[in-house]
Amino acid sequence: MVVIDFLDNIRFDMIWNYKELFIRGIWVTLSLTAVGYIGGVIFGLFLGIGKLSKKRWVYYPSKFYVDFFRGTPLLVQILLIHTALIPSIFGQSLGFFVSGATALMLNCAAYNAEIIRAGIQSIEKGQMEAARSLGMPRKEAMRYIVLPQAIRRMVPPLGNELIALLKDSSLVTVIAATDILYAGKVVAGAYQRFWEPYITAAILYLILTWIFTKLITYVEKRYSNSYIPSQRRRIFSFGRAS
Amino acid sequence: MIKIKGLHKSFGELKVLKGIDCEISEKEVVCVIGPSGSGKSTFLRCINLLEDITDGEVYINDVKVNDPTTDINEIRKEVGMVFQQFNLFPHMNVLENITIAPVKIRNMHQVEAEDLAYQLLEKVGLRDKAHAYPEQLSGGQMQRVAIARALAMKPKVMLFDEPTSALDPEMVKEVLDVMKQLALEGMTMVVVTHEMGFAREMGDRVLFMDEGVLVEEGTPSEVFGQPKSPRTQDFLSKVL
Repeated sequence: MVVIDFLDNIRFDMIWNYKELFIRGIWVTLSLTAVGYIGGVIFGLFLGIGKLSKKRWVYYPSKFYVDFFRGTPLLVQILLIHTALIPSIFGQSLGFFVSGATALMLNCAAYNAEIIRAGIQSIEKGQMEAARSLGMPRKEAMRYIVLPQAIRRMVPPLGNELIALLKDSSLVTVIAATDILYAGKVVAGAYQRFWEPYITAAILYLILTWIFTKLITYVEKRYSNSYIPSQRRRIFSFGRAS
Repeated sequence: MIKIKGLHKSFGELKVLKGIDCEISEKEVVCVIGPSGSGKSTFLRCINLLEDITDGEVYINDVKVNDPTTDINEIRKEVGMVFQQFNLFPHMNVLENITIAPVKIRNMHQVEAEDLAYQLLEKVGLRDKAHAYPEQLSGGQMQRVAIARALAMKPKVMLFDEPTSALDPEMVKEVLDVMKQLALEGMTMVVVTHEMGFAREMGDRVLFMDEGVLVEEGTPSEVFGQPKSPRTQDFLSKVL
């Protein structure tokens, strides 16, 4: 009965009326995800290496950071950063984008740090030893020998992290960020109807995650199994000597 | 050239090396033999500090290796090492494997380094494999590339850690031939090996190790011909 009732009264015209809001939402979601992810990978790299350090003053802060951001809800982190951290540093809010992207980045970095640490640790000890025996300092050996190999192994889990972040970015609606979910909420509020706006939001997220999955599968294929670069696209090979 | 005094190495409670004294002079080829777990590899790895030294002293050209003020990277540039598992860099082709260290560490120009790499590949008989990746090579070829890679740093000593142990039998000879050639050219070499034939033919001196001590040393004819220690006799009777 409910379903038939719904199908009879379905009104996607109201979504059409708010299409600009949804388009803006897609844009905001994508930018938040992109900034959060790229920042999260770079920061995560340092954290991951920090967690491998034998120096206590490097190891413990990295470990504490990762534990904190993995052990507390992202929603709490977003509110803490938006309403407490940023206003107390800058004296005012810098808008939802700065807060949202910062929170996503800091959170994503903690998860990426673990992926990066595990990736580095999975490279056979002999690789580091061979590099060191040639006289390479640890840093160079890491950069030229270990990381280029480890990055390949990190691609699949880092891809999962990207999809997760895209979905988690919907939490920024709590600080009034105008993302996809926010557009849905506005429409729901305006018409007092809930199926259409939230289904639309869900479908938009689904389309985005589907595109990202395709992208990740492509990248994974490029890196799988063989280190021999294909003749067609050499751009995808990391860690070349020259 | 290499001087080792009272070398001890423990892994936690496990004592692997129990006081080794040894001197290796320039252009000498020293083969280290002994049963598995006798500490041969650990001994070799202590020379370039791949294992940190628990107690004792190692000098290379009168520089103390295990001194906190010594820059170990400077020493390692002069000490080449070849591993049992080759440890080639799988993400680089043969040429890049050989040139990476000279270019990044010795600041050699790329063109110059590639010239050197081709010379070395010629020497190990793999010039045509310059652009191949390690996974496209056989074990013997990989190990020859690994030797070329170590030689590209122009080391004064070469350490070989069971270089033929991971190879199929028919590939052992091609690696040993490269090592023989290197020995004949006057390279100082320390070779941990199970290839008694090589030790006998090419070794200026043979060290027999067992349970973390240097049991016996001498020329190949002394050690293989008239072993003094019963442990050496026992070991040789099993492997020869």
